[in-house]
Amino acid sequence: MKTFWLLLRAGFRRHSTYRLALLAGMTTNSVFGFIRASILLAALASAGTAIGGYDAPTTIAFVWWGQALLGTVNLWGFAEVKDRVRTGDIAVDFLRPVDPQIAYLAGDLGRAGINLIGRGVPALLLGALLFDMAWPPSAVSWAAGAVSIVLAVVVAFSGNFVINLLAFWLVEIRGITLLWMITGGLLCGLYLPVPWFPDWLRTIANWSPFPSMLQNPIDILAGRVVGHDIASAVGVQVFWAVALLALGQVVLRAGRRRLEVQGG
Amino acid sequence: MSIIETRDLVRDFKKTRALDRMTFSVEAGEAVGYIGANGAGKSTTIKMLTGILKPTSGHVRTCGLDPMRQRVEVARRIGVVFGQRSQLWWDLPLRDSFAILGAVHRMDETATRARTDLLVEQLEMGPQLGTAVRSLSLGQRMRAEIAAALLHSPELLILDEPTIGLDVLSKQRLREFLVAERQEQGTTLLLTTHDMGDIERLCDRVLVVDHGRLAFDGTLTGLAGTVGAQRILVIDLAQPTPDLADVPGATLVESESDGLRQRLSFDAEATTVAAVLAHVSSRHEVRDLTIEEPDIEDVVRRIYAASGRG
Repeated sequence: MKTFWLLLRAGFRRHSTYRLALLAGMTTNSVFGFIRASILLAALASAGTAIGGYDAPTTIAFVWWGQALLGTVNLWGFAEVKDRVRTGDIAVDFLRPVDPQIAYLAGDLGRAGINLIGRGVPALLLGALLFDMAWPPSAVSWAAGAVSIVLAVVVAFSGNFVINLLAFWLVEIRGITLLWMITGGLLCGLYLPVPWFPDWLRTIANWSPFPSMLQNPIDILAGRVVGHDIASAVGVQVFWAVALLALGQVVLRAGRRRLEVQGG
Repeated sequence: MSIIETRDLVRDFKKTRALDRMTFSVEAGEAVGYIGANGAGKSTTIKMLTGILKPTSGHVRTCGLDPMRQRVEVARRIGVVFGQRSQLWWDLPLRDSFAILGAVHRMDETATRARTDLLVEQLEMGPQLGTAVRSLSLGQRMRAEIAAALLHSPELLILDEPTIGLDVLSKQRLREFLVAERQEQGTTLLLTTHDMGDIERLCDRVLVVDHGRLAFDGTLTGLAGTVGAQRILVIDLAQPTPDLADVPGATLVESESDGLRQRLSFDAEATTVAAVLAHVSSRHEVRDLTIEEPDIEDVVRRIYAASGRG
């Protein structure tokens, strides 16, 4: 546990050294937040009523929490593990008395932490300043929202970790990464809230892990999901986190055998 | 107690046999040089000792454990440096890498700090502690890698080409540190290298691997003796001198500048530098001398030639 905490802190510090990148990310997030908020408000105005449980203040909350979590949750994936598999440096990870998946997860939670503080919160505050935004309706929503954010980070990490590990078998995984990004970007509810999807697409989304990476925490924090529904939203996230972490363990083991075959 | 033990260890890669019935053992406290040409099977052996690579057949134990099945347990008890790979965190200050590794090895913070301070002092890395690893020079990074591998005071230190690419001074400092560290801690050392200086300064036993087989196991002097590689004593004399042809146990190899510089080869088992020097200086005035050690590549080549391989 202490190891996990220290690895987490290391991830935090590692990413906090790139301050300019954080600032650039925050700026981009804010600009896009402004554009998205304007578009979605226009859509709401033309509908003349709330859509899928979203009125104007919750829509604004949807947009700005989304922008805030964009850098926090690793939606677009990472390449570090893939690169280490390709160069053989993954062998060094196996020389440590820790599970590589757990070690990388700790590092990613640290990365998420600094991105939430350095990039997410400022964007969120800017959004709240410029627009009339709905805040979490209760202390329960705040607390569940915080847990849900952590789970979203874990789900996104675990999925990407599995994708990265495919490098054990494939020379180039860029195509798969791209497919993951496009599918994930759409289905996680980044562009439009999942409840706004047509039925068929919403069904697909709800059977996928992607809403657990963004839509679920946003729903809780925007106050669209309250009461008992909070428990089921978080429950779905827990399911995906556990399932994807378990899948990662299986693939990691197979990958290690593969490394043995190739000789690292 | 054997800290490393292999018996009939075999590893095949597709159709080629990288390691062929390798059998050897290393006792705790030994310092062993593991040498051979590229592709002879050195790295393959090390990977199997550390649990990265699964043997095709045969038996391997590291610290009495099965490295494949007990990877985590083995990782706690050994330290490994692959000269070409880093175990440090590239974009963090060096200090942080030590802190993380301490945690990875379940050391408490006080112990980590004390051990870091000691290693940093001995390796003279104090000024670099706050520097990001990516900004270290190769020599600094290599010292940091070794400190990182030793942080948890492992019983066995495995170094794969630790001095590759280092300048003379950096090599020297690294070797001096390793000698001192071993004296204090009694750490067992297994080292692969292309540098004869590493073997001479650090190892009391040499294993030569050739085409996946053990071609030699013994002392460095024994190795030189086996293949007839001899040490050379270069003597600079005060005046032009006739050939030093009659020194007992030594043979004249070459005489330069009218005998101002003469090179004598001698067998380290048969005579000593002191005896040769005493003999020469009783007759002539000696100004300076240097000793040339047998070249590692040369020694390995001779071993290969003797076993009928190229």
